[in-house]
Amino acid sequence: MAQAIETEKLTLSYGSSIIINELDLKIPKGEITVFIGGNGCGKSTLLRSIARLLKPQAGAVLLEGEAISKLSTKEIAQKMAILPQSPIAPEGLTVLQLVKQGRYPYQNWLKQWSEDDEKKVNDALRATGIVELKDRNVDSLSGGQRQRAWIAMTLAQDTDIILLDEPTTYLDMTHQIEILDLLFELNEKEGRTIVMVLHDLNLACRYAHNIVAIKDQQIYAEGQPEHVINCNLVQQVFGMECEVTIDPLFGTPLCIPYGKGRCILPKGEVSYAR
Amino acid sequence: MLLKTSGQRWVGLVISMVAMIFLACASIVYGYTETSWKMAYQAFTDFNGTNEHIIIESVRLPRALIAATVGASLAMAGVLMQTLTKNPLASPGIFGVNAGAGFAVVVAVSLFSVGSLQAYTWIAFLGAAVAAISVYVIGSTGREGLTPMKLTLAGAAIAAMFSSFTQGLLVLNEAALEQVLFWLAGSVQGRKLENLASVFPYLLAGWVAAMILSPKMNVLSMGEDVAKGLGLNTGLVKLGAGIIVIFLSGGAVAIAGPIGFIGIVVPHVARAVVGIDHRWVIPYAGLLGGMLLLVADIAARYIIMPQEIPVGVMTALIGTPFFIYIARKGFNGR
Repeated sequence: MAQAIETEKLTLSYGSSIIINELDLKIPKGEITVFIGGNGCGKSTLLRSIARLLKPQAGAVLLEGEAISKLSTKEIAQKMAILPQSPIAPEGLTVLQLVKQGRYPYQNWLKQWSEDDEKKVNDALRATGIVELKDRNVDSLSGGQRQRAWIAMTLAQDTDIILLDEPTTYLDMTHQIEILDLLFELNEKEGRTIVMVLHDLNLACRYAHNIVAIKDQQIYAEGQPEHVINCNLVQQVFGMECEVTIDPLFGTPLCIPYGKGRCILPKGEVSYAR
Repeated sequence: MLLKTSGQRWVGLVISMVAMIFLACASIVYGYTETSWKMAYQAFTDFNGTNEHIIIESVRLPRALIAATVGASLAMAGVLMQTLTKNPLASPGIFGVNAGAGFAVVVAVSLFSVGSLQAYTWIAFLGAAVAAISVYVIGSTGREGLTPMKLTLAGAAIAAMFSSFTQGLLVLNEAALEQVLFWLAGSVQGRKLENLASVFPYLLAGWVAAMILSPKMNVLSMGEDVAKGLGLNTGLVKLGAGIIVIFLSGGAVAIAGPIGFIGIVVPHVARAVVGIDHRWVIPYAGLLGGMLLLVADIAARYIIMPQEIPVGVMTALIGTPFFIYIARKGFNGR
């Protein structure tokens, strides 16, 4: 299968501490790939580096076979969009202004605003269901609406690849599902490659075609969630005891953590609560 | 936002230009020496060598032009600084330009006995540039390059350092104090057209470059990561904005000394009028800044006639209440 993104012996560090060490990764085209791992394992750092927001200490990131260090940043922006974690819009920015910024990579001195730009912006507003919010200020929106506005900006960028760093953080359950459904549809209908960091393992299992579990500066496991996720992996990657069962609605892996808490099963039934 | 459509904004721009020209004319006509509009007109068309005509041509005209250009430059530099530092209270002074220029002038006066207001121009420009470049370099050290926080901290440190050196020198040398006190308060009075001519190329270059950079400043204001993701070369844009600020505020302080508040206040007024799009905010800030300094300078002549208040004090009088208003609004809003 064609690769959208590859990394070759990618080493990332903050100062002298190495976060990711000589990592080789392949991200398949047209699929949803989710990075998982414990806090501070470097999954966000890896995503940022793929998006050229962080320079690697060594190694390379290849975008459709070409090293991103050899491409101009605008060329990259026409192929790959990144939505960073909890972005903050300047005070007073309207949704329409925000989404229009997504067309920045296509503008230059000769070519300012075109009909194509206008169309892409309208498509993005429609796809994210925020047409009627377009004149509102971004700061006045609810968390879920705001996140959809930012996603609309990345859609307006009209790239085959979209990277998202924890797109569901700070959202309630309804809005988490809404955002993930939106991304799933973009992948289904338009075949866009989506790469994201998610904290919720169960949602990752449901929405991802491909999971990359990161631990100790390396890939611990990768592949389809149903082949990769088991209690041993969760124990190794997250350091948490759990039972992995099957989601009764979707059939995807469902992780149920052990731990304390009220156990209200009748006496005699098997209980894992400690 | 007062003006919503671009049609309204173009009209507003034209009206502001007319208002600015009117204020510049008023600045030429009104003052301690009584002159009339007709007399001012004749001074340019039919110069007769009278005292009034001489005053209009050699005192009031330079003064009006300097007030307009300095006010415009400070306000445009303020817009860029507030975007660069993501701080609504930032002003070109954060780059250390005022402190650096002040220090250079005081050193020149007290150690090298430089006395003319004209010589101050280049010395002040040099001091401003040295301070601003040090702030930029210190603020850019480390892995992520220039960040708003590092820029603000470096600026505060450098400005504090130069200010205390200046004060130390002035304490040791009281004669210098008398000589530079008026300069240190900021004023557009007593300058010649040549002063303006020597730094005008820098100011003009700064205005044009600020307009060219304005769409990129819009992208930068979305945050470093988003801007990079959209394909903006953020390092280059920040460097460009830094150089423009040095040209504009360095040039302004070189002619007029440190004039506060315009750089903080006017960008907010401009945003209240046209919103946050830099392509509009920058030209509006320029026009409004020029108008504010013209008004402040005219008012400065009348408050304690026949004496004049330094215009820096006048802008502070107008600016302080507004500054407090912004601070309260800004902090409550977050």
